[in-house]
Amino acid sequence: MNRKQESRTHRPSGAEQQKTASGVEQLLEGGRKRRVHTGGIELSVVELGDSDRPTVVLVHGYPDSKEVWADVAHRLKDRFHVVLYDVRGCGESTAPKPLRGGFTLEKLTDDFLAVADAVSPDAPVHLVGHDWGSVQGWEFATVHRTEGRLASFTSISGPSLDHFGHWIKNRLKRPTPRRAAQLLGQGARSWYVYALHTPLLPELAWRGPLGKSWPKMMERAERVPANGYPTRSLPRDAAHGAWLYRDNVRARARRPRTDCYAHVPVQLITPTGDVFLSERLYDELDQWAPQLTRRTLPVKHWVPRTRPDQLSAWIAEFVTARESGVPAREPAPKGPHADRFAGQLVLVTGAGSGIGRATAFSFAEAGARVIAVDRDGESAARTADMARLVGARQTWAETVDVSDEQQMEKLAEKVAAEYGTVDVLVNNAGIGVAGAFLDTSTEDWKRTLDVNLWGVIHGCRLFGRQMAERGQGGHIVNTASAAAFQPLRILPAYSTSKAAVLMLSECLRAELAGKGIGVTAVCPGFVNTDIARTARLTGLDENAEQRRRRRATRLYGIRDYPPEKVADAILRAVVRNQAVVPVTAEARSARLIARFAPHTRRAVARIQPPL
Amino acid sequence: MRPATIGYSPADLRGFREVQQLSYACAESVAARLEPGVTEREAARMQREWLRERGVRDWFHLPFAWFGDRTAFTGFKIPLQFFPTNRALEPGMPFILDMAPIHNGYTSDIGYSGCLGLNPVHERLMTDLREHRELILREVRERRPLREIYEDVERLMAGQGYVNRHRAYPFGVIAHKIDRVKERRWSPTVFGFGTNALRGLAKDALHGHRDGWSPLWSPYRFSDHPPRPGLWAVEPHLGFRGTGAKFEEILVVTDSRDPGESAFWLDDDLPHVRRRREEATTV
Repeated sequence: MNRKQESRTHRPSGAEQQKTASGVEQLLEGGRKRRVHTGGIELSVVELGDSDRPTVVLVHGYPDSKEVWADVAHRLKDRFHVVLYDVRGCGESTAPKPLRGGFTLEKLTDDFLAVADAVSPDAPVHLVGHDWGSVQGWEFATVHRTEGRLASFTSISGPSLDHFGHWIKNRLKRPTPRRAAQLLGQGARSWYVYALHTPLLPELAWRGPLGKSWPKMMERAERVPANGYPTRSLPRDAAHGAWLYRDNVRARARRPRTDCYAHVPVQLITPTGDVFLSERLYDELDQWAPQLTRRTLPVKHWVPRTRPDQLSAWIAEFVTARESGVPAREPAPKGPHADRFAGQLVLVTGAGSGIGRATAFSFAEAGARVIAVDRDGESAARTADMARLVGARQTWAETVDVSDEQQMEKLAEKVAAEYGTVDVLVNNAGIGVAGAFLDTSTEDWKRTLDVNLWGVIHGCRLFGRQMAERGQGGHIVNTASAAAFQPLRILPAYSTSKAAVLMLSECLRAELAGKGIGVTAVCPGFVNTDIARTARLTGLDENAEQRRRRRATRLYGIRDYPPEKVADAILRAVVRNQAVVPVTAEARSARLIARFAPHTRRAVARIQPPL
Repeated sequence: MRPATIGYSPADLRGFREVQQLSYACAESVAARLEPGVTEREAARMQREWLRERGVRDWFHLPFAWFGDRTAFTGFKIPLQFFPTNRALEPGMPFILDMAPIHNGYTSDIGYSGCLGLNPVHERLMTDLREHRELILREVRERRPLREIYEDVERLMAGQGYVNRHRAYPFGVIAHKIDRVKERRWSPTVFGFGTNALRGLAKDALHGHRDGWSPLWSPYRFSDHPPRPGLWAVEPHLGFRGTGAKFEEILVVTDSRDPGESAFWLDDDLPHVRRRREEATTV
């Protein structure tokens, strides 16, 4: 296994790692092992962290063993008493005999209660489940005998089989076109469930070629880091785990329980790129889980391996809020994208006014942590201050000129050291320059390119590198302009800089796509901001410049397109990972004309605006 | 002694001050009676009834009430949306009561912003409105063109991180002239506005059009003139992501050469001014 590809974890990178039968020594280093006996089975349990702290139990899925949680467990162990166990038949736990009938959810509930009683006899535990761990978790969270033993439940990519049964029934009962499509979509995604119901073949495949090629398949298809997982027990885990499906799926899908209401607060983390589970499965979840917090991540199925930072942050926040008994913050994040950006670190340049400020506020409203960067420290501080009022968890203001390489490098170092790796970077800072090419001095050109282009380059270079090195995705938004499509005789410098930003974004998008980092170029158009009032107008004396600025500002005021709408477009673009986003009507039509009627575009470029 | 304003005797100013006090008393009384579940229509009716009981028979405009994000005029496209709706008040919601009664021939036009319970955003907006009150008075005393003052107010709002929401009013006005209104037996309203008061405004508009000024203080060219002596109901309105706040009160503009006398707020004993004084003393 190539150690160089290993993702950043809290484990010391020591000697060459080997796949061992246990995997505990390497992946769960520092863990305290114990065995728990229940119903004729021996379960292998590992504990990390101080046992006086709140207990968080992590339950793995299929085909996995407890080591799948290694990255998350190490991130949580300083704050919590982290407990992991191998589900019966997996990893170092023993398997029931006979296998048939030994994996029912009732028996799995017994196992969980035995582990909970052993590791935290006095206090209820916080449960986190991924995949089948989450399917089990829903059972634990909805049956009566776990009441008082469970404090909260975080579900990742694993629906309750009972809720799933009701979901199917509802759609069969009233198959509107949309609901029928949802049913067929999930039906197709569940192909592996049907395959696992065939006798013997899955076992043969797992113990043969599939078991061998699985790690490589995972790296290719799911983009998980190659870090010594899965352990050598994979073929056995996967072969035994087939009985999870055979013992439970048909029974529950046919006759789902009607009392499957969650008796604890539930945090639902939905990966939007999951190839096995449709997002629509959770549409009606609010009726089953009264205290539901939704989170989404733009990743595939194996979240604990691909996004341990975000996952552990959400788990920690959720558990802490339940432990302290008070709501985590006031006001609660709202807005349409709170599930996506809550707790994420967002850096916005040019956040002292206009689109940057509105964007900072929009992210703040969604519960993000916001770093407001501006050349003018006072207005950056104001943005940070107001952002906290509308719901940002934490805000910081930084006074930086984006065109200054050293200042930007210092900022990147400070952010990485003190606030963490940026999840969303918005390179928004820019200046306006207007005037004929022959009137534009080299100083004007330098200033324009320094801010509008080099500012973006520095941002992408420094923070993009941090994102890529972390290997857990991210997003970069660059503010280009409608002038990037539309040549204009009065905007040579500005249009050039923005066209460069557009092309830079497209190239960078191609480069970073493989690392799960999206890049968006936003092209706003005429937006009612300060840009016209502060623009440099070349080839004019001071008075004429003042006059024209004022006139342009008034025209922008009459157009009155609010920066808040651009901010909404930016958040939407990040959620949808769009490449180029023209925002206003003029930006959209400029893009269409540029594509389909280049002659018209050139004709428009010749018009001398009556300013 | 020369009256403070050409055309208005001290008794007149006292009359305007009294009806403004009456309006703010009405606003405070209604605001104290607001509770979760009260709708905008009910709040508007409460204002109307309170003032009718105290002898108000004519209006510059009928009382308005805006709750929640309607205080920031979110999604307002047509003027009919200003009228009170069935939106119910909820805890933490900001609200604005806006009324313009005419009493004994004197007009007032006031705006009262409040909040049901705690709302830090609203608190901040109310605090930041103070700067606007100072800025407007200062620049009017400097005899700057109204259009420029409008732009300066807008710039201050943008600097504070807010959106100019008085742009949503008819003609985008930040202020308009008000005047004495003759008491008539019949005083109908059209789309919420009293015909008698509108007649005065129209007359001003006509005269102003001839002389190069306008009774509407707007961002447009027709407001590109120095402050015109008279009584102006000034109403800067801040909006911030679904929360709006404003005040509205009478600014007296005279033709005096003494800067202190050339313009002054008719009355400083108003809730939003007292609030500032209390804030200042606690600090």
